[in-house]
Amino acid sequence: MSKVTLSYPHPPARPDQAPDFSRIDRSAPGALDVPPLDITAQDCWPYAVGLIRVLDDDGQAAGPWADYLGDLTADRLKQGLRDMLRMRAVDQRMQNAQRQGKTSFYLQCTGEEAIGCGFQRQLGEGDMNFPTYRQQSLLIAADYPLESLLGQLYSNDLDPLQGRQLPIMHSARDYGFFSISGNLGTQYVQAVGWAMACALRGNDKIAAGWIGDGATASNDFHSALLSASVYQPPVVLNVVNNQWAISTYTGVAAGRSQTYAARALGYGIPAIRVDGNDYLAVLAVSKWAIERARGGHGPVIIEWFTYRAAAHSTSDDPSAYRAKDEAAAWPFGDPVERLKAHMILRGDWTEDRHEQTWAELLAEVAEVQKRVEAHGTFVNPKPVSPAAIFTGVYADMPEHLRRQRQEMGY
Amino acid sequence: MIEALRSAMDVSLERDPSVIVFGEDVGYFGGVFRCTAGLQAKYGEARVFDTPINESAIVGLAVGMAAEGMKPCVEVQFADYVFPAYDQITQEAARLRHRSNQQFTCPLVVRMPTGGGIFGGQTHSQSPEALFTHVAGLKVVIPSTPYDAKGLLVAAIEDPDPVIFLEPKRIYNGPFYGDHAGTSVNWSSHPAGEVPEEHYTVPLGKAAVTRSGSDVTVLTYGTMVYVAEAAVKAAGLDAEIIDLRTLLPLDLETIRASVEKTGRCVVVHEATRTSGFGAELIAEVQEACFWHLKAPVLRVAGWDAPYPHAQEWDYFPSAERIARALSKVMED
Repeated sequence: MSKVTLSYPHPPARPDQAPDFSRIDRSAPGALDVPPLDITAQDCWPYAVGLIRVLDDDGQAAGPWADYLGDLTADRLKQGLRDMLRMRAVDQRMQNAQRQGKTSFYLQCTGEEAIGCGFQRQLGEGDMNFPTYRQQSLLIAADYPLESLLGQLYSNDLDPLQGRQLPIMHSARDYGFFSISGNLGTQYVQAVGWAMACALRGNDKIAAGWIGDGATASNDFHSALLSASVYQPPVVLNVVNNQWAISTYTGVAAGRSQTYAARALGYGIPAIRVDGNDYLAVLAVSKWAIERARGGHGPVIIEWFTYRAAAHSTSDDPSAYRAKDEAAAWPFGDPVERLKAHMILRGDWTEDRHEQTWAELLAEVAEVQKRVEAHGTFVNPKPVSPAAIFTGVYADMPEHLRRQRQEMGY
Repeated sequence: MIEALRSAMDVSLERDPSVIVFGEDVGYFGGVFRCTAGLQAKYGEARVFDTPINESAIVGLAVGMAAEGMKPCVEVQFADYVFPAYDQITQEAARLRHRSNQQFTCPLVVRMPTGGGIFGGQTHSQSPEALFTHVAGLKVVIPSTPYDAKGLLVAAIEDPDPVIFLEPKRIYNGPFYGDHAGTSVNWSSHPAGEVPEEHYTVPLGKAAVTRSGSDVTVLTYGTMVYVAEAAVKAAGLDAEIIDLRTLLPLDLETIRASVEKTGRCVVVHEATRTSGFGAELIAEVQEACFWHLKAPVLRVAGWDAPYPHAQEWDYFPSAERIARALSKVMED
């Protein structure tokens, strides 16, 4: 009999089983120090397979990364908490709006808010993110106007993209947010190209690529890592490992690689793995990585270890493929709850103020939503002119498109 | 034509600091067809450089650079190798302006040697133009003379949108009239082989009438312009040959004026016949000129089979096949 058998990775638990994260190593905050900015890939192994954490289970900030971050003001923490809560309020309201038929599609980032909210607050003016569709948190923390954000989701005349793109495929150049493609992986290598252009211009700007654990399997992940390794542009390559690619367990993308961060080391790119549900760890590592890139030390990869608490999208039902209550069992908790506990411990926050802030933010989003919905929803459509189909295909409209537009009646 | 293409990149690199040239073997060595020879030495590694063998990276990087404001002119070593970059070209470069409502644009050029006639077998001979003309947001250009090659490439580099620039490699060194056994001719003896050193452009979207005539219109491009010339000569017809030069957007006015005059039309391309660009041309011709047509429009194209090696000259559309088609449309 053949000794050869194939391997088909399976998640630790399916719907009829209890959540099981016992295989995840939870080393204590402070276990890893802050490496020098010019660290090489070969010295990065401990950071690529370990996990940078700052907040412990009680909400205490500890260890070298907490020191690296320095004393954060209460306002800075409140800003982070408000960013995450505002994100959550938008997600909640828009999820409901989709269920009410007001838009065709929505996709939440619940549980992953700390990553985009924290990272964006460390970027500078003119830096460019190449996000996936689950990084709307970058826009929230960039103070992108909610009118534009929601207008895009309703494809009405407040949509900066004039209804051309599926809801959540935002584009906001002035807010450092590249146009989302929706074809996974493609933009990872474009981020490297943008960063090369920054380097060639000498403008001190950086680019940040974003990809999910599932899409690390795409050819463009390889293209991006190889190009970044070859040309050493100022790019921070983020992998958001939220454990699930729609219904496919992360192990199917990882194979026997120990971590996604470790995969970068083979390309000669320093890599670091971080508890993505720890807002302070996000702030600290983002600061380090962005400083490193801007300082001319080349590319870096960050694996943000997190959990996709919500469904993949409004078209998805995770109860069909993963354990019930898996999100609640995630060993690194919820990013909002953890930052809140830290702030309460510091004496900067109370349960009452938290409730009050959440209510305020929900009301703020509801108020904007009402105004934006007046410009049209799928229930009450007021779409932008169909002529928008033909504008911007090219800088100058060629004759054949002019004829087609006329044929359509515009 | 190689020198003309090099000169186009040279003047563009000289005039505009945002122009940048890269691809496999294009830097130090100057490209396997020598199109970029000397450019790295002249402009430095930051402007002209080698890449890994990774077409999705070559074009993917170019998309990012172009969106930032650079003007990349990249080389894919053979059109046959473009497919790993097809996603980046068709889903990213082609749509970026539209999907971002012009927040981001993608002024890049992807150069690639195309077509057969060099004993390249199935991985160095294909003509994939129709796979790009089917994509909204792209421009597709294919020159047939050194003069046009330079002017069109400069125009492509200066164009605000992504341009697929196909270079018929059989005529890199001289025109090819289909006589594969005969002695090769170089460009010095051809009037369009004369290429000014200075900057000039040939506008995209404009066809050229390379031979005026009244009997029949031949619509073609690239290497087949010359094979068609030989066929017309052999058939002894007063044919009008139109070198399309740009396939997308198509110069329908020039086509219409010619077919209305001649009432007959033959379409010639190297690419495989089924769903080839010839199908698009014939559809446009019948829609625009149906009542002027005196005979069905015919196609001479590559057979619907993978491009062969040893049987290349049974596959490559010959002057004889074109002449037969010309005679046939003249019968009706």
